[in-house]
This record gives sequence, C-alpha cells and structure tokens, in this order.
Amino acid sequence: MSLTRRRFLGWMGAAGAGTLVGRQAEAAANVHFTGYPDSFAVLHDITLCVGCRSCEAACNTVNELPPPNRPFKDLTVLDQHRRTTSKTYTVVNRFQPASQAPKSIFVKKQCNHCLEPACASACFVRAFKKSPEGAVTYDPTVCVGCRYCMVACPFEIPAYEYEKALDPKVMKCTMCHPRVKNGQLPGCVQACPKEALTFGKRKDILNIARERIHKYPQRYIDHIYGESEMGGTSWLYLSSVPFSQIGMREDLGTTPAPELTSGALGAVPIVVGLWPVLLTGIYAITQRKEKVSAEEQRLAVSQAVEHARQSAELDMVRAMEKAEKDKETAIKQAVKKAMDEAVKAQQEVKA
Amino acid sequence: MPCEFFTLQDFMTYTKGITYILMLVSLCAITGFWLFLTERDTDEPHHHSK
Amino acid sequence: MSDEKSLSVNKALTPFNMVAGIILLIGMVITILRFTGGLAAVSNLTDDNPWGIWIGFDLLCGVALAAGGYVTSAAVYIFGLKRYHSAVRPAILTGFLGYALVVFALHYDVGRPWRLPYPFIVQQGTTSLLFEVGACVALYLTVLFIEFTPAVMEWLGLKRARTIVVRLTMLLTIFGVVLSTLHQSSLGALYLIAPSKLHPLWYSTYLPVYFFVSSIIAGLSMVLFESTLSHHYFSHKMDKTHLAEADNVTLGFGKAASLVLAGYFTIKIIGIAIADNWHYLTTGYGAWFLLELLGFVALPCLMYAVGVRDRNVKLIRWTAGWTILGIVLNRLNISLIAFNWQLPSSQRYVPHWMEIMVSVFIVTIGILIFRFIVTRMPIMYEHPDYHSH
Ligand code: SF4
Ligand code: SF4
Ligand code: SF4
Repeated sequence: MSLTRRRFLGWMGAAGAGTLVGRQAEAAANVHFTGYPDSFAVLHDITLCVGCRSCEAACNTVNELPPPNRPFKDLTVLDQHRRTTSKTYTVVNRFQPASQAPKSIFVKKQCNHCLEPACASACFVRAFKKSPEGAVTYDPTVCVGCRYCMVACPFEIPAYEYEKALDPKVMKCTMCHPRVKNGQLPGCVQACPKEALTFGKRKDILNIARERIHKYPQRYIDHIYGESEMGGTSWLYLSSVPFSQIGMREDLGTTPAPELTSGALGAVPIVVGLWPVLLTGIYAITQRKEKVSAEEQRLAVSQAVEHARQSAELDMVRAMEKAEKDKETAIKQAVKKAMDEAVKAQQEVKA
Repeated sequence: MPCEFFTLQDFMTYTKGITYILMLVSLCAITGFWLFLTERDTDEPHHHSK
Repeated sequence: MSDEKSLSVNKALTPFNMVAGIILLIGMVITILRFTGGLAAVSNLTDDNPWGIWIGFDLLCGVALAAGGYVTSAAVYIFGLKRYHSAVRPAILTGFLGYALVVFALHYDVGRPWRLPYPFIVQQGTTSLLFEVGACVALYLTVLFIEFTPAVMEWLGLKRARTIVVRLTMLLTIFGVVLSTLHQSSLGALYLIAPSKLHPLWYSTYLPVYFFVSSIIAGLSMVLFESTLSHHYFSHKMDKTHLAEADNVTLGFGKAASLVLAGYFTIKIIGIAIADNWHYLTTGYGAWFLLELLGFVALPCLMYAVGVRDRNVKLIRWTAGWTILGIVLNRLNISLIAFNWQLPSSQRYVPHWMEIMVSVFIVTIGILIFRFIVTRMPIMYEHPDYHSH
C-alpha cells in the first residue's frame, strides 16, 4: 500500500488503517464484531468485597490524583452513594438490599471499558479509543470539551474538570493502560486484599465467572453483568443479589452504542444523494408550470391585442360609414336647401 | 478494499469516513451534473427557434 | 447624514437601549468570569448533567428557531411561491444571525472553544452525530452568508458581484435545504445514543424525524412571528410590496404550518405506538407529555386552521407565538426536563442565574445586530436599483 493511500485513509479517520495491512484474508469478518481477541478484563466479585477502599487509595496513587477530602481509611463515606468524579476514578459504595439485611454489600464502580464504547461513538474528535489491550483510552490533546461523551455514557462515568478555565479535561479510569502495557496489574487489582478483583484475558475471566456461578449456585445469581450489557464490557461483575438492587442498571439492553446511531448516520448520505434530485425535480416542475402559464399569458395578451385591433378596425369602418352617411345627408340637405331656395326665388320673381 | 476490524466502532469510523468524503464529492458533482443536464435548455418556449 | 446622527443620539436614550446596555454589561462581566474561573464559576453543570441550557436552549432552540431561513427560501425558490418573495430576506437574515449566535454561544459551553475546528482539521470523529451537526452547521452558515450577501452588496453598491450570487440562488437554496434537513434532524439524533437517560416518551428512534419536521413548524412560525414584530417596529422601513404581501404570506404560511403540525401530531402518536409507551401516559411525565402534545401541537394546529379559514391574520400571529413556545418546550423537555429523569431530584439540573444571563445576553446581541442591519440594508424593501428576479 502506497504512502499516499495510507495517508488518505488516515484522514478519513480509518481507525483500523493500522490494522489493515496483512489481514486481508479475514476480510469477510466485517459482519459481526467480537472485539479484540486477546483483550484484558477485570472480574469484580461483589460477594468478596469488604469495602476497605484499598482500591480507591491505590487508584489515587497510581494515577497521581489530588488527595481526597477525607482519608481513604475513613469508611463513613461509603454511606453516601458516590459517583466517579474528576478527582476519583473509582468509588466503592455500600448497599443494604432488604433481602440481605442486615448484611451490607459493597460495589466498586469505575469505567467499564465497554467493548463498543458509547463515549467513543459520541466523541466528534475521536478522543476515546478502545485499545487492543481492553482499555478505553482518552487523548486530552484533541478534546474540545463538548461533554457529549458524558451524555452518551450509559454508566455515568466520565467526569469533567469544570473548575479549570484553560485546560479542562474529561477524567475517567484508564484501566491503568500504561501499567498493563508494562506487564503490571491495574492499581486497584493489585491493592485488593480480598481478591474481589481478578485481572486476565476477557475470555478466561468469563470462564472463571461462569465456573463460580456453576460451582456455587446458592452464592451467585445467574448473571454476569457486563457480559452483554451495551454490547459487553471489559469489567465484569458477579453478585449475590439482582444488580438493580445494588445501583447497577439492568435496563440498558445489549445493543452496542454505535448501533443506536447507525440508522441516523446511515440516513445522512441518502439525504445528500436524493434530496438534490427531489428538490431540483420540484424546482423543474414549478419552472415548467411557470413557463406554461407565461406562455398562456402571452397568448392571452396577443389575443387580446388582436381582438382590440380588430374591434378598432371595425369601429373605424363604422365610423367611416357613418361619416359617409353623414356626408351624404349633408349634401342631400344642402341640395334640397339650394333647390328650395331656388324655387322660392323663382316664386318671388313670378310674384 | 478488504480489511478487518475488531470493533463495530472502528468499522463505522472507517466506513462513515469514506461516506463523508463521498458526500462532499457528490455535492460538487451534482452541481456540475445539473449544469450539464440543463446547459442546452433554452428559456424560449419554442425549442427549434435557434 | 447629520440628521440621521442626531436622530440616533436621541434614540440612544430609549428605555430599550438602556436595558440592552445593562444586559450587555452584565454579560461581559460573566464572560470574564467564565474564561477565568471555568465553567464551574458560572454554571450549575455537573458530571451528571453535562449539558445545561446553553445546549438545551441556545443550541437546540436556537437552531430550530433559525429554520425560517431554509423554509422560506425553499418555499419561494424551489416550490415557486413567488408571492412570498418579500419574506425571504428577513428570514435569511434571522437565519444567518441565529446560526452565528448559536456558534457564538457554543464558545461559552465547550471547555476549550479555540479547539472547535479540531473535528474538521485534526481528527474526524465520523461516528458522532455531533460531528455531523458541526459539519452541517459550518457549511450552512457559509451558504446562508452567501445567500445574504446580495443585500450587503446592494448596500455597498457592488452590482457585478451581486449578479453572480443571484445566479447561484437556486443551487444555494438546494444546498441550504439539504444541510438543514441534515443538521436539524441530527440535533434530535444526538439523543439516540442515550436511551437509558431520556424518558421513553421523548426517546424514540424517530427523534431525528421529529426534530426535522418540528423545525419546519418552527421555521414557518418564526417567519410569522418576526413579521409581526417587524411590522410593529420597522414598518417605516418596508416598501409597498412587502406590506401588501404581508397578509398573503401570513395566510399561506399559516396554512402550511397547520398542515405540518397535523403531520407532526400523527407521527408523534405513531412513535408512542411503536415503542408501546401508552402506559407511561398515566404517569406524571405522561401528563407533561400530553400537555406538550395536546396544548402545543394539536391546539396550534387547530388554531392555525381556524385562522386561515376565517382569514383571521391576528389569530394566526398569536398562534405563531404559541407554537414557538411549544417548540422551545419540546427542546427543553428533551434536553433537560425529561433527560436524566431517573436521577433523584437532588442530582437534577437547575440552571444557574448566570447561565440564564448569558443566554439573555446572546439573544440581546442578536436583536441589536438585527436592528442595526434592518435599519441600514435593503431587507424589508427592495433596493430601488435592483428588481427581484
Ligand atoms: S463505561 Fe462509559 S466511559 Fe467507560 S468505556 Fe463505557 S461508555 Fe466509555
Ligand atoms: S468532551 Fe472531549 S472527549 Fe468528550 S466527546 Fe467532547 S471532545 Fe470528545
Ligand atoms: S480493595 Fe477490594 S475489597 Fe477493598 S473495596 Fe476495593 S474491591 Fe473491595
């Protein structure tokens, strides 16, 4: 492939341009997408989590985030239901579902690193990218700050640095992408004392999860959250109670985010292709109508003119005739008068 | 051009990219085509008058 | 000339100008705050509510209400309704101003406004509906600008340049309609990606169609509304044609608006049926939805129809205002009121007063520029040296 061609593709935003070379044999695969085959994932076994917040602390350290308002040792913060913010990529919340009382259930929350990220689909500068390792990474050097990614994310994860005037960024968990690339574990996974977090290839992680459900059917509900939610995520969850009771939405469906907009996007080129045809067509018809009516008008006008001319001629003829008649009468009268006078004169002479 | 993508997102980025270029091209082309199509049209109602 | 100047000095002291001046002043102070303290300093935007009224009102309503430009020019140039020719220029002007202000308003909202051209020159996020909106708005702004230039050229006396642009009118109109169709509908499509956040009564796969159709309604109503205002304030600037055509324009546009509203009502109902959302109608949100649908779609449809039948120009004008309110309500419902409906009320968004002030500030700028242009350029009348073609 020539350089110019590749550059051309690059402009078009061919995110896959780099992967094009040498993969032509698998061309037929563009029908169904299953994600990067060797990407990583994390399993969060909610039943094992004790809410110690070690993962939060580790996340704070490895990502060099600002120190928290209250120390990570302070477990009272668990009582509020927190969400991720620009200063905290991950939070642990406590839930007390009625069915489990008085036991508490702790759930860790962070970016789920979707297989088909809504944030990436929404971003108009492609600041987000699903990496082959599994992380959804963010490039602050292109981000405009429209915050459409935050509107799009179904898990309400990305946060924004609203207080910054000049260089605000979208902030979210990176799945420790740089560490993973170096062969290290994500900060939170490494810090967890209870093995509530397991890191591995997504394929293997899914198998581990299935196995646990199979082995301990009493302990787990039969659902791996993230296996297919929004097209699947790279963070997977196991729980003992329905996920909707512990602050995780179960009504998201399995449609991957890009599919939600593909219909509307697909209609765009159709409009571009057919609207001009339709509109010029209508335009041509109105023009045609106008032309016809103009022609009719012209005809009508010329007819009227003709009519006027004819009637004028008629008038003229009549006038002439009338004049002729008048003249005749006048002559007759004059002759009669003259005769009368002559007769009178003669009679006068006689008398 | 055969190529493979692992995610629908990448596939769409790629195909929509091409579509956007095609749309630009077609907008220009339709202008030209319209001119070509109507070039010999006369404004007079009698076409053979020339 | 000197007469005019003394006149404008007198004018400068009207209450309107004083209020406008105060608004501009406050606006400028907030602008400084915004660009020194960040969005947090002037807005109530949060991580849960990333879009506030600057998107919901300034962008969504702004673009919808600026639809008069494409609706009118399409009616006149493409559908051949030459009778309404005098409505074209004011509509294009307000369209152009509207879009320019929308883009201006976006500079407040986005985090790094100087990067706004990035989607086109640095990296193209082609799967984003926002990319689509951005590209179309940018192109359409250019088209509107060119369409509007004849008035400027007449004002400046550039006859040759004017002839060239006038010959392009048809093509520009078609491009304008294509681009408008696209971005008006794409604004609705922006929300397609968030089915979990927008209330099901408002979320629909038809959102793009709804936005497009309602933009036609908004465009027609805005033309009627503006002409009412203009008649009130600028009638001395209007020529005989404009004044004589005004009632015709009102009746014709009223009829069109009534028809389109009827169609819009129908597809809204179909939208509920398709998603089987009937049961939501009995909830609180359902009542709110019905208010929008019956009070601001069905009712104006009927009122327009009655107005046209009775040739009641006054009724049509009032209806236009009502319809515009309805469109604004619809856009705010989708972007703010029915958005994030599942969040507890403590996490919901209520605009900060400074956000509202910025919107008021931007609208004021719009009105001032409109007044400036209308009192100087041949908008409401035909320039004596030129004839409409
Ligand atoms: S969870 Fe949200 S932020 Fe994370 S990848 Fe998915 S869509 Fe993007
Ligand atoms: S805020 Fe930044 S990352 Fe998010 S969609 Fe906008 S440009 Fe993309
Ligand atoms: S470190 Fe592990 S056990 Fe502790 S809160 Fe985090 S996930 Fe739960």
